[in-house]
Amino acid sequence: MATKAQSRLSPLKVVSIIFVIIWVLLASFPFLWTVWGSFKVQGDFFSKADWTNAIFGVQTLEQTGSRFTLDGYYGAWVEEEFWRSVINTSIVVFFTVTISLTIGTLGGYALARSGYKYAFWLLMVALVFRAMPHITLVSGYLLPFFEWNIWGILPTTIIVLVAINQPFTLWMLHSFFLNIPKDMDEAAMVDGCTRFQAFRHVIIPVMWPGVITTGLFSFLLAYNDFTVTRMLLSQENETIIPKIQSFLGSAQVEGNVMFAVAAVVSATVPLFILVMFFQRQIVSGLTAGAVKG
Amino acid sequence: MFLKKIALAGTFAGLMGTAAYACGPSGESVRILGSDFPAIQAVSGTAQANCGGDAGEFTVTLRDDTRDMMNQAQTPNPAQYTSVIVANSTLTQLMNDGLVRPLDDLVAKYGQDLNPNQMITIDGQIMAVAFMANSQHLYSRTDILEQAGVEGIPATVDEVVAAAQAIRAAGIMEYPIVLNASGWNMGELFNLFYFAHGGELFKPGSAEPNVNNEIGVAALNSIKSLTEYAHPDHLSHASNETQGLWEAGQAALGIMWGSRGGAILDDEGSSPEVTENTVLSAAPTVDGGSIPAATLWWDGVTIATNISDAEAEATFAALASAMSADMVAEHNDDAIWLIDGYQPGPAAAGVSATAQGGAKPYPMIPYVNFMHNAASAELADFLKGDESAEQTLSDIEAAYTTAATEAGFL
Amino acid sequence: MKHKTFFWFILPTLSAMLLFIALPIVSVAIQSLYIEHEQVLVVTENCGPFGCTEATAVDLEATASLREEQPLGRFNGLDTYTNRAHLAFAEIGESWNTTETWSAFFSEVLDLPFYWALAFTLTYTFVVTPFVLVLGLAIAVAVNNLPKMFKGPTIFVSLLPMIVTPLVGALILFWMVDGDGIIGATLQWITGDPTLSLKATTSLNWVMLIVYGIWSSLPFAFIVFYAGLQTVPSETMEAAMIDGASKWQSMRHVVVPHLMPLVIFISLIQLMDNFRVFEPIISFQAEAHARSLSWIIYNDLIEAGNPLYGSAGASSILTIIGVAFLLVPVLIRTWRDFNSKPV
Repeated sequence: MATKAQSRLSPLKVVSIIFVIIWVLLASFPFLWTVWGSFKVQGDFFSKADWTNAIFGVQTLEQTGSRFTLDGYYGAWVEEEFWRSVINTSIVVFFTVTISLTIGTLGGYALARSGYKYAFWLLMVALVFRAMPHITLVSGYLLPFFEWNIWGILPTTIIVLVAINQPFTLWMLHSFFLNIPKDMDEAAMVDGCTRFQAFRHVIIPVMWPGVITTGLFSFLLAYNDFTVTRMLLSQENETIIPKIQSFLGSAQVEGNVMFAVAAVVSATVPLFILVMFFQRQIVSGLTAGAVKG
Repeated sequence: MFLKKIALAGTFAGLMGTAAYACGPSGESVRILGSDFPAIQAVSGTAQANCGGDAGEFTVTLRDDTRDMMNQAQTPNPAQYTSVIVANSTLTQLMNDGLVRPLDDLVAKYGQDLNPNQMITIDGQIMAVAFMANSQHLYSRTDILEQAGVEGIPATVDEVVAAAQAIRAAGIMEYPIVLNASGWNMGELFNLFYFAHGGELFKPGSAEPNVNNEIGVAALNSIKSLTEYAHPDHLSHASNETQGLWEAGQAALGIMWGSRGGAILDDEGSSPEVTENTVLSAAPTVDGGSIPAATLWWDGVTIATNISDAEAEATFAALASAMSADMVAEHNDDAIWLIDGYQPGPAAAGVSATAQGGAKPYPMIPYVNFMHNAASAELADFLKGDESAEQTLSDIEAAYTTAATEAGFL
Repeated sequence: MKHKTFFWFILPTLSAMLLFIALPIVSVAIQSLYIEHEQVLVVTENCGPFGCTEATAVDLEATASLREEQPLGRFNGLDTYTNRAHLAFAEIGESWNTTETWSAFFSEVLDLPFYWALAFTLTYTFVVTPFVLVLGLAIAVAVNNLPKMFKGPTIFVSLLPMIVTPLVGALILFWMVDGDGIIGATLQWITGDPTLSLKATTSLNWVMLIVYGIWSSLPFAFIVFYAGLQTVPSETMEAAMIDGASKWQSMRHVVVPHLMPLVIFISLIQLMDNFRVFEPIISFQAEAHARSLSWIIYNDLIEAGNPLYGSAGASSILTIIGVAFLLVPVLIRTWRDFNSKPV
């Protein structure tokens, strides 16, 4: 039941709504611009002559006879077989998230339930690990991976992504488990369960919100990663981000940049669906977990 | 009727082709790595079309980060790729680690159709076979020059600056010059003008730096005189941006790569006004000197050290078969080919004039990348006006010395 | 929890981290103490399509035998850390002795690559992090006050800057902020200065990178804070209202303290990520104006052609030490929290 005071449009409320509107515009404008521009030719979207060309599609009209063109999408999906990268990305993301969460949950749970000093120091060390610039790590991997003949394949990349995202996953899950009352699993252990059984039967059923939230972040890390996937994957196994980079890299050829733009827009669609689908869980997950630290 | 003729000609060429290609030992694995641009696509694609059926495995990998990972890829035995397609500076990078094999025996066996001037020899041994040339040179818009009352195409830096001044004075453009000056390009800019002034980057026969001198100061001043009239964002410009500005008709004088000539002169992405009036000419000379401010580049094929002889033979034979008049005829405008049968068009005018003018090839010295990188990193302060020329040159030497010492050259 | 159980629970994650992070860190640390062997050079004649020139080449056989004996190279101690490309002790000492004023001294120090990069890295970190915290909280509170039906779409839109791959996000913005692009042209129109260019001067480049940094990190802070707001106990809020607290007061005295652990969490992650800022510099081609520590590493590993592992290793270790310094206050707090927890 909203009281009168709450439902009235106070100045504060007006200010906050205007603030949200400004933020929504700022956050979405570059993306909307990209969506609109993905139906134009390069000369319009990346126009040096006049930026309004990107809106009205002057050159698009000249070159294709219409103000909108699907050339970018056709080029990316049909000519350059962007769908292969989509499949590769799905594999990489699926396994990275699953493995990250599985081992991260076990580790995070242990860290949250152990009161010994070494647990604290492990958490600290994990932070230091996270501080290492990825570019150094990846350059270091190259030679041994080539030597062992495991460069370029998806499993290698998956393991590397899992490992370098582990510190973040651990921290987040650790703070989440801190919020699940200790009594729950301890009661189960008093009843004769082992630690693992307690974890399985008592903790797993209640941990999903936190795991899903952490999963969203691991998903985004794996999905958006550029340094690792670019340097460690061979061309047949390219995921979408290096693929998009390769559209940009061979920019000597007019039009390839538009493949990248179209690819980016297409790549956002599954994310849109995913966020819409998990939106409630994301929020409730954080609510239950990491938030309270 | 016309279409039919072409189809027939195609079949005929195809038949001739299969008979003529000497593909080397069959059933071997051929794995080619290269950068991703049209000329390399043409060569590697033709090699695959000619000999792909004959090979046990034939892969072509064209990446934009080839340079970043090729040494690590080629170090193990067997190497990841049997051939890397390189340029001057990247050949040095591979040779520093001993990752390319001499090609004399393979050239003797499969190189009948190759031109002698395609051979890149180092100490008497053929280490690479070049197929295309490239260099920076001057692009001019004749209509704008005319409008500003400038006669002819500028040939020296002073003339370029004077023309730019005239264009600005006539109120046509505030910043008529475009040049590539971001990152790596900045170091290259220094090379261009340092060589044009007659400088040598290193003391003869050693790795000691040799840029902190009057020649260096003169080179920096030449660059500065141009950037006064260059687009204010020039420090963030690479080829894509300068080409974009040119095609949009926002520049009248440009120092850009010859390899962009084809794309600039074609009818895509630009108006007829720009393409019809764009003239490609030799890179400008400086101060009464005769050397154009450019470095000459080639791209060519190499064969890996850490592979079997049979693989090396199959790979070389496939690539040699692609460096043919047939391939050039099909891809004439994709590059400035060094291969027989090339018909130079207007897009090649700038590079050939620059080469004839006596521009220097980009040096193939093991430590040149460190000098280049030092110049790229330190030159920005000077161009932004934060630092004197002498200070910048001494910074370049200091940065180079630090890197070269670590790499064991000093 | 018993040591043994703890061990089995932590084993998978720990072994992944040890193998792929700890081991490389150790090897990088060792590598940073070494430099390459002296290269044996020979004078050669190089010929190509453009004629012949005299040049030098590496005598591979002679160099290989040196490498065989000591695969890591020559031991160099901490000299790589103190050379001109890193902490530059000698150069700083000289500047100290030769300059008269503080400003002259600082300008000489900032001319050194490491300190110039450090200056940008620290500025970026300490501007972006607080902005992200404050704005992220503000957006979260504002979105939380929206009518229910608008919340979902707003959350999705708010996540967009994080979802669109930074690679392309920055590329598109790179064109938009160009003098001829929509944002650049609008700014020129607003300021009435047709020559204004965000990419032309160092200060505007920094502003551009920082604004991009804030924009792209806000969603992370927003989503965490938004979720945190859902846990603010409504009884406490009501009690504050009854006590006559204004919205602002209850925000300051109830909401913010409740969200404190989150502030810590976000600062921790943000300080670390911002300290390693790298991709925007490449995407905006801004290296003439702004360089970060990660950019220096990239430059040594990639741009130098044959990688300078020692130098890159030293920069990486210095980055880690820098991050550790930044995190000290956060770590102390975590330590206190941890000690209050029973074994």
